[in-house]
Amino acid sequence: MVMANSFSFELVSPERLLLSEQVTEVVIPATEGEMTVMANHAPTMTTVKPGVVTVKTADGKTERFAVFGGFADILPTGCTLLAESAVHVDELDRTALDKRIEAVRAELDGAGDEKKTRAEQFIAELTKLGEVVIPA
Amino acid sequence: MPSLKDLKNRIASVKATQKITKAMKMVAAAKLRRAQEAAEAARPYSQRMAAVLANIAQAVGADDGAPALMTGTGKDDTHLLVVCTAERGLCGGFNSQIARHARDHVRKLIAAGKTVKIICVGKKGFDILRREYASLIIDRVDLREVKKIGFQNADQIGHKVIALFEKGEFDVCTLFYSEFKSVIAQIPTAQQLIPASAGPVAVEASDASAVYEYEPDAGAILSDLIPRNISVQIFRALLENVAGEMGAKMSAMDNATRNAGDMINKLTLNYNRQRQAQITKELIEIISGAEAL
Repeated sequence: MVMANSFSFELVSPERLLLSEQVTEVVIPATEGEMTVMANHAPTMTTVKPGVVTVKTADGKTERFAVFGGFADILPTGCTLLAESAVHVDELDRTALDKRIEAVRAELDGAGDEKKTRAEQFIAELTKLGEVVIPA
Repeated sequence: MPSLKDLKNRIASVKATQKITKAMKMVAAAKLRRAQEAAEAARPYSQRMAAVLANIAQAVGADDGAPALMTGTGKDDTHLLVVCTAERGLCGGFNSQIARHARDHVRKLIAAGKTVKIICVGKKGFDILRREYASLIIDRVDLREVKKIGFQNADQIGHKVIALFEKGEFDVCTLFYSEFKSVIAQIPTAQQLIPASAGPVAVEASDASAVYEYEPDAGAILSDLIPRNISVQIFRALLENVAGEMGAKMSAMDNATRNAGDMINKLTLNYNRQRQAQITKELIEIISGAEAL
């Protein structure tokens, strides 16, 4: 049996480094659809939409993080996810999420059309995220 | 000549002040540690961001699709200065140093015939710059209510700057803050935000050689990345400022405590001397009274 190859994965938010570990598999909610990154992935750079990042560490544990947009830099030897903001799923709570949605809504008034569609999309993604992560 | 009672009161009041400055120094030291930790925690993000940006700029630079935020408007007639200072005083020359640095810059620009606009972040910088350039200040950001500076605060400022840029309000944007070198040294620094300078980060050879796939495409990523990078730069500046402010406050309060100590020594000496003189005087009075009998 061949052991799955591991690679280094880093999840960074502006405030701190959340995770830096050897992992075998990372699922990233990229803007063009979810993608699973494994070792020796072709060099890719992609933007990330709000969603859940699932990380399988080399010692077999699975960790989940909620990220709110950002982008990922993928190299064959490692992957860096620069998140605008990220929290561990266990620490996420509904009120914080609602507050965020509220903030985006407030910004909607007076925004341009293009911005509006983007913001609306963002809200939809956040709401979906809330449903996935926290059972109502 | 102050009376004994006056001196006593004076000593008591200086002692009380010394207690306050000592406490402020200790508070600043604790806050400094936290601020340094925050600045350190934020470093990986800005470093990686700079590396990625340099990388992607290289790719995009070739096909000329770089967004205006990166290339600028092609003019440099109107300058926007974002001056970040502290919200509170009592930290030595910290705020005035930044303000002076910005003021020199403004003078130079005005002498060169450019238009200058200023955004003040922090109350102290606003107070200083208002005296001379009240008409140039277009906005001020108050962070006094903010206990711990988060990325959101920086992001708000970043959005403000970008919105102004999109309206064509300025051509070049420069950020003023104080770089935290050590507890005793903070260096007022100016950093150009727009057009985004490639930065001092050299791309490592291995990264540069990798041929990236871009999703959606390089241009789209870049136009998403640059506004974010501006916010990150502002965030970094704010964090450095907080650390610098606390460092400056610590050494200022340390000085104040020491000065108060010197003053107490001097006053105590004076007090004792006068007390001695009074005792001597009373003795002489008693003795000469006894002799007269």
